[in-house]
Amino acid sequence: MDETFDAAVVGAGPAGISAACVLADGGAKVIVFERGEYPGSKNMFGGVLYGNHLRQIIPDYLERNCPIERNIVESRLSYFSESGGYSLIYRDRAFFDERRNNAFTVGRAKFDRWFADQARAKGAVIVCATVVTDLLRDPAGRVTGVRTDRADGDLRAKVVLLADGVNSPLAAGTGFRPETKPENVALAVKELISLPEEVIDERFGVSPGNGVTNEIMGNITWGMNGVAFVYTNRSSVSIGIGANLADFAREKARPYEMLETLKLHPMIAPLIKDGKPKEYTAHWLPEGGYDTIPRLYGDGFLIAGDSAMMFNALHREGSNLAMTSGRLAAETILEALKNNDFSSRGLHGYARRLHESFVLEDLRKYRRFPSFLETHKELFTTLPRAACDAAREMLTVDRVSKRTKQSLVWKAIRGQVPPLRLLRLVWDAWRSVK
Amino acid sequence: MIVKVEDKLFLDRFNVDDESHLRLRDGEVCFARCEDQPCLYFCPANVYKLEKDRISVNYEGCLECGSCRVGCPHFNIEWRFPKGGYGVRHKFG
Repeated sequence: MDETFDAAVVGAGPAGISAACVLADGGAKVIVFERGEYPGSKNMFGGVLYGNHLRQIIPDYLERNCPIERNIVESRLSYFSESGGYSLIYRDRAFFDERRNNAFTVGRAKFDRWFADQARAKGAVIVCATVVTDLLRDPAGRVTGVRTDRADGDLRAKVVLLADGVNSPLAAGTGFRPETKPENVALAVKELISLPEEVIDERFGVSPGNGVTNEIMGNITWGMNGVAFVYTNRSSVSIGIGANLADFAREKARPYEMLETLKLHPMIAPLIKDGKPKEYTAHWLPEGGYDTIPRLYGDGFLIAGDSAMMFNALHREGSNLAMTSGRLAAETILEALKNNDFSSRGLHGYARRLHESFVLEDLRKYRRFPSFLETHKELFTTLPRAACDAAREMLTVDRVSKRTKQSLVWKAIRGQVPPLRLLRLVWDAWRSVK
Repeated sequence: MIVKVEDKLFLDRFNVDDESHLRLRDGEVCFARCEDQPCLYFCPANVYKLEKDRISVNYEGCLECGSCRVGCPHFNIEWRFPKGGYGVRHKFG
């Protein structure tokens, strides 16, 4: 490939395509490389995108038929033992009308393809079925382009944006990010279960087009630091579960067995009853947080999205951080093009923009959260069991007096989680999110 | 609970390359030095299977998550993405 581009983007996900849209809008010549046969064919996530962040890139995304599955009107947080569970549900009228599409579910195979088409319409070149295998550098070490697995596959660009996702052998192999440590990622598996649209409406108590997200913690991850989720799509339900990869290796747990066990839980089974599994996928989540973010830019390159470990584990936000960091990377590149300076100094505005935005502020705020979960395994072992045992005993109506029940329940809880440990847990939890 | 992951992988579409994108660098290491063999458990596609005298690599059903590359205690797995356009192909994602 003889042509020279202003910018080459690795990866056609939310970060890469957001960048490509902004760059093309700004008049830059941009090319995006995607290893899948089409954008989205390799991508998977829980399922939620955010209207606010998408609107900044495609203001008329609704008119352009963005493939939205369901508008989220209700969020559930659940805490499960093996046999029971608590659920906290919040629903608000605002999410039906004036804040409609604040959050919505999408399938990545459809959405990423649609998003890439928008970038293409703006003038970006999207090349699929092409793996970027290495980065080209000049003798001074400046990045000057990409090497792909196509014949004659070198391409020069003034700047390269790495937006190739959390599993990036490219970043690790070229030294832009240290190779991922198992404790810094969660491995998640997800199944797509097909159900008629009206059955989903009825089971989740929503009107057509609206939906629910459900995040679940507790014994369901078999003592490992992890989380599960159930999200509603138009005519399917996404059910997934994940845990820290180092925990998986230590516990010798099989992810798909954990998923099947979750599907049988009394709070989950009725939601997916008679549904037909349609797809099974696996992916990492960059859960290490702020302290695992690599150097974000250098001579001739920038890193955005999951590649840069931008993920808010507490709020399960990632796609918005990817879109925003991609957009800010593109604004920085446009500035560098104007000044004709692609050195680390010329791209310095990226760090400033990220620090001024919610992206790094949020990640900094929760920097202690990953280690909080890692050091409080009782959240996934004794605590959910004790909490659920307590509710079950209190709700069992028999001839035992309430006072006796209460003291038995307290004794059982104290036996499993010592009061000091419980205090420590509350204190550490507050410190990790304050 | 015994779950046959093959039933799940059967739902997925793959464009299988003739050549594997995964390779054990040194098959000896798995038996001589790796007591836990965690790849046999955490791989979501059960790519690694214990045979009589070796671990087989069933790359055809790989979901490309990367876990074995960093989760192998001996970094004994050579891992690259399948060639452009090959490997798993999500219908929904």
